[in-house]
Amino acid sequence: MNQLIPLIPFLPLIGFAVNGLFGRNLSKNTVGVIGSGVLLASFLLSIAAFNQVAASGPIQSTLYNFFTVDSLNVNFGFLVDQLSVWMMLIVTGVGFLIHVYSVGYMHDDEGFYKFFAYLNLFIFSMLLLIMGDNFLMLFFGWEGVGLCSYLLIGFWYTNREYGKAARKAFIMNRVGDLGLLLGIFMIYQQFGSIAYADVFPRIGEMSLDAGIITTICLLLFIGAMGKSAQIPLYTWLPDAMAGQTPVSALIHAATMVTAGIYLIARSNALFSLSPDAMHFVAIIGMATSLFAAVIGLRQNDIKKVLAYSTVSQLGLMFVALGMGAYASAMFHVTTHAFFKALLFLAAGSVIHGMGGEQDIRKMGGLRKAMPITFWVFLIGTFAISGFPLLSGFFSKDEILAYTYAHGGFGWWAVASFSALLTATYMGRLLYVTFFGEFRGTHEQEHHLHESPAVMTLPLIVLAVLSVAGGFLNVPHFLGGHQWMAGWLSQVIPVAELHLDHHTETLLMGTATAVALIVLAVTWVLYSKKTNLPVADSAQTGLTRWIANKFYVDELYDALFVRPTERISKFFHYYVDIQIIDGIVNGVGAGVQRLGAELRKVQNGNIEYYLVGMVAGTAALMLTLWL
Amino acid sequence: MLETIQQIPIEHYVLYSSVLFVIGIFGVLTRRNAIVVLMCVELMLNAVNLLLAAFSTYLSDAQGQIMVFFIMVVAAAEAAVGLGILVMIYRNTKSTDISLLDKLKN
Repeated sequence: MNQLIPLIPFLPLIGFAVNGLFGRNLSKNTVGVIGSGVLLASFLLSIAAFNQVAASGPIQSTLYNFFTVDSLNVNFGFLVDQLSVWMMLIVTGVGFLIHVYSVGYMHDDEGFYKFFAYLNLFIFSMLLLIMGDNFLMLFFGWEGVGLCSYLLIGFWYTNREYGKAARKAFIMNRVGDLGLLLGIFMIYQQFGSIAYADVFPRIGEMSLDAGIITTICLLLFIGAMGKSAQIPLYTWLPDAMAGQTPVSALIHAATMVTAGIYLIARSNALFSLSPDAMHFVAIIGMATSLFAAVIGLRQNDIKKVLAYSTVSQLGLMFVALGMGAYASAMFHVTTHAFFKALLFLAAGSVIHGMGGEQDIRKMGGLRKAMPITFWVFLIGTFAISGFPLLSGFFSKDEILAYTYAHGGFGWWAVASFSALLTATYMGRLLYVTFFGEFRGTHEQEHHLHESPAVMTLPLIVLAVLSVAGGFLNVPHFLGGHQWMAGWLSQVIPVAELHLDHHTETLLMGTATAVALIVLAVTWVLYSKKTNLPVADSAQTGLTRWIANKFYVDELYDALFVRPTERISKFFHYYVDIQIIDGIVNGVGAGVQRLGAELRKVQNGNIEYYLVGMVAGTAALMLTLWL
Repeated sequence: MLETIQQIPIEHYVLYSSVLFVIGIFGVLTRRNAIVVLMCVELMLNAVNLLLAAFSTYLSDAQGQIMVFFIMVVAAAEAAVGLGILVMIYRNTKSTDISLLDKLKN
């Protein structure tokens, strides 16, 4: 098995190479089979790795020495432990389903082979990020997924807006990456190594200064902020919806954006030593969760609602991390991967059926035309809202319980309110899209159809996972054994939950009641025509602010983008054009002018040359003589 | 004979050769007639020959005189070629004025 470990990331890389180099000449079916096939193989190998880890503990596999500089020794090595094998299963499993779905979704796109090549490259990078046994491997994958995200957001590069969104995502991620990089530098400075095995087990004996640990943690968290779209670096994620829907599902909901969670869960030994950093993580997570949920209430683009929902759920995961409930965060990562991938893919199916329309105000009543899509979307909505016994119910409830136990009532109340908002905007999305009467054009109504089986089958599988995923980690008081927390306990210490059964039941009951009531209320609310979302221009007051995302993009524009633009213009016009170009062009012009003068010497008159020659020789001799 | 030559100080030879050489240069630079220019070149060569012979005698080293013979051979060849070119120039331009030969320009 150990020899097969490198195959797990490298199979998608091979898929990328084959599809990228020869895909142009292959049929779409071949490209799809290669792209999905390598993922299936990786998934099966991941299952084998899972069994191996379960049987005999973590697998360490070093491929070769990446580089050695002075005392820094970096290996291209893989560490497959309980945490990474879990992420590998999510990435390859959900990734495989999304690949299959893409075969149907992208069928009419001429960039079909390119799309699959990028997707495979993404999976390769993501697997490196997860499986690396040192921080540099993680950074390598981290940058790789950023690149693929950029490539896929700007996939339809002829559209200027999409290109802008791609650049925005790339640049915002760079800001975070700087933090991560500095964090890694500091880890090297303190520990003399960046291999996980040299860092985490030794923290206890190092007796480091608390300030230094906090600084490292905060720097790592800045990286996580960028990748996982937290305040203040979240604005790229909603814009990233410019990419195709499968991309949104895979990269911008299920896998890449959880890299930040993975980073912190992986570094839990560091974070546990810094209460300040943990507190900061929790605050940022909570603020993001609430803020994004509020914005999600008034979005009318089906994918934008889901995007803000993703930001909000990621915020909730960071709250869990900040509370020390790392395993709960990973649990929510898992269930979120299921139901958010499901929701995005179902939204993609809707967009597919509507012929590219994304505005929910032009939809309505789709449940009759697209029954499968409707049912899976319903399951996804109920799962994310915390409908009893669905996956989101367990994972969110666990986070809320830990929030109550470690943060107190105030934290719990705010987190619950965020969960309430989640149920509200998801209910709104569901009812406005699938109930009521069709509001689109006559042509759209005619075009409306259920998606092909290649798209609905992955949806059904994900729907089953969204329903059953919660049973991975049933809490003790409901008779479960918290299987997943136990599985991860080798890497992530189990967080203590000091609540009596009574309180836990009460908390769960409250959350369930809230979810059910909100879902019911939104159903009543949006079944009335008068409550349907209106045009942006018709909105007033606070709703207008919300619909315009609190003008955060405009604020960033004024604070960062335009000043930067002005500075670069200054440097462009004055420093570059006038000074630097001035010097370069000046030298060129001077030489030309000198040449023009010297050219007159060469007049073709032999006597003239002779005089020059004699004069030169005489001068030479004179200098020698002197 | 040798003594007679050696009675004349070497400086005189150097000075005399230099004067001859400069006259030759002056002629090459100022005259336009190709024949005169060729003659001036011969003058310069012979100034050098004279100097070589003088030093050869003073230093009792035959190498200098051998060199003189070489130069005379080359000079003869050069004169032959030069005059040949001159004939061709004359046929083409009906003149021996070298300032007319500015075809290299442009």
